[in-house]
Amino acid sequence: MFKGGFIQNLPKIYGLYTGGFIVFILLMAIAEQAGVTAQTIGVLFVAFTVAIYALIGYLSRTVQVDAYYLAGRQVPTVFNGMATAADWMSGASFVALAGGVYFGGYSYMAFLVGWTGGYVLVSTLLAPYLRKFGCYTVPDFIGTRYGGNGVRFCAVLVLVLASFTYVTAQINATGTIASRALGIQFEQGVWVGLVSILLCSMLGGMRAVTWTQVAQYIVLIIAYLIPVFWIGNKVGGNVFPHLMLGNEVERITELESQFGLIKNSAADIKAAGVPGGLKSIAVAHAGVGAGGMAVWKYISLAICMMVGTASLPHILMRYFTTPSVKSARKSVAWSLFFIFLLYSSAPMLATLSKISLMDPNLPTGIIGKSIADVQSIEWVKQWSSQKQVFIADFNGDGILQLNEWFMRTGVVVLATPEIAGLPYVISGLVAAGGMAAAMSTADGLILAIANALSHDVYYNMIDPKADVRKRLIVARVLLVVIGAAGAYIASMRITSILGAVAWAFDFAMSGLFFPLVLGVWWKRATREGAIAGMLSGLAAGTAYLIYVYPKFLGNPAWLGIDHLRFGLIGAPVCLVVMVVVSLMTKAPDAATQRMVDEVRVPSGKAILGRAH
Amino acid sequence: MSNKEKHWQKTKSHMIITLCLWAFFSMVIFLFGHEINHIKIMFGYPLAYYMTAQGSLLAFVLIIFWFANRQEKIDEEFGFGEKED
Repeated sequence: MFKGGFIQNLPKIYGLYTGGFIVFILLMAIAEQAGVTAQTIGVLFVAFTVAIYALIGYLSRTVQVDAYYLAGRQVPTVFNGMATAADWMSGASFVALAGGVYFGGYSYMAFLVGWTGGYVLVSTLLAPYLRKFGCYTVPDFIGTRYGGNGVRFCAVLVLVLASFTYVTAQINATGTIASRALGIQFEQGVWVGLVSILLCSMLGGMRAVTWTQVAQYIVLIIAYLIPVFWIGNKVGGNVFPHLMLGNEVERITELESQFGLIKNSAADIKAAGVPGGLKSIAVAHAGVGAGGMAVWKYISLAICMMVGTASLPHILMRYFTTPSVKSARKSVAWSLFFIFLLYSSAPMLATLSKISLMDPNLPTGIIGKSIADVQSIEWVKQWSSQKQVFIADFNGDGILQLNEWFMRTGVVVLATPEIAGLPYVISGLVAAGGMAAAMSTADGLILAIANALSHDVYYNMIDPKADVRKRLIVARVLLVVIGAAGAYIASMRITSILGAVAWAFDFAMSGLFFPLVLGVWWKRATREGAIAGMLSGLAAGTAYLIYVYPKFLGNPAWLGIDHLRFGLIGAPVCLVVMVVVSLMTKAPDAATQRMVDEVRVPSGKAILGRAH
Repeated sequence: MSNKEKHWQKTKSHMIITLCLWAFFSMVIFLFGHEINHIKIMFGYPLAYYMTAQGSLLAFVLIIFWFANRQEKIDEEFGFGEKED
């Protein structure tokens, strides 16, 4: 049935895979009816999907440098889009995004705009030109365009800082999901997660990561969309929730004014013994704050996330793997389309979750009911025992008020299927989806770091004569070392998931955005300018983070630029320093100028030869 | 002006137009978030809520597809189109 090569058969292979996964879901549904426990179904879901990824990782093993670093530059446009979407959508996107919208409302949704709008910058300013360049890694571009190991090393520095901040959060998320699904300790879950991640990437590098990411995208999008459509249909027969939830949004606003949005005081929360990290609804679902500061807070967050997106190396390097420049451009569009499918569903899931809980006319509604009744509901009992939800009867009337109901953000995605009364098989599916999302991002990040260290530091700076075998061994050893370091830090539980994720964007935009963009768009940019820009941008951003973050120096934020937005300090410093220093130093030589001219036209050979 | 320079001029202005559209949907609309939120579209979505939850996201997808297609035409016009695939 398979004629021709692997690439020609991709639609068939992944079609079969998707069909197989749906059959597996149906089998689990039958097993649930037959009396298999929820615990077993959860284990089967995670174990089955991870085993498939590991198998794909094994089948994609390679001993060629081009395949290891660039998946042989033959990943078709649409499939690269899916892989990028999986690479992009992290455990935080999958688990915490809907919860963030649920609690944060409009101002939180600046993240949605930021994490999608950045792709316009990627496609117009960077992706096609970096593809034409033909580099293996992002520092490879910086090092060749500006010339010299010093500038290459600075780029590696920014890359490692940004990606490593991000990867610990991802390993943390795999640990959380693995520990819940498999019923083990969090610390063990982290190491189980790491082993699963390495199984996908170690033998085949970029090639293996690409094909597992496509598989992971299929799992995560099915796992996200099925509950949204199912619950949408259950709540008021919304066949297509994205288009039809307008009246539910209106209804929530109505209920909010009926129940009242009350912000609990810290003293009350402490006195009632609410576990840390749990929140109650205190922000309007669809309301928009008035005033210049509210606008600035929204737009500044969106800018940081957009510019950060366009500077994150693990995303940019996905576009090095397409067959041509124009397919790199198209691939950005497909990536964003696949991301859009999930991101536009997150607010819908938050809306459905909220209306299910709040509307007294629905059988699932709990607000306004007696607390004794609510506490005897099965899912409330279960999630309370894990300290994921909490009830505090502040006014002592025995009735559950809106401000007396506390949830952890992740619970919105993980528990909504149960809240809406869906069978457990859906919760198992959601766990598998969360695992896929966290694993695929962690894989991309660890590979980005390991490739930069093995290709840029080891091969280009330390031992340029190393043969292919040695280079690939070094690359794999680094992969394991970096993964283990990330898992070790994650197991110490230092940062919450989302704080760290936003920092990665700010670090990347402080150090890399302008050196990358000006490398293509401004011929006059010099090596000295790039080095000075990267270092000063990174230093300014980091210094401001330390100055403003409550757990470090905790000074009041300047113009509302808090620790989530420190890239707004770093990136402008980087730009100004880079331009000034470039103009003060000698213009790049004729060869470099010709190279930039070559990058700007899509046709012709890549700047860097094939197996360099 | 050489062929290459003309191609680059046109590529640059295409980039600038695309980024103007991007700025409109990512920033300009949300400057007026509070003012436009009383407008209801699609059976009840407040406009600013709808744009940040779905509308702008969809606009970005369409902008990038349009950008890629038009850039391909520009490349072909100056003879820099790629032959393979």
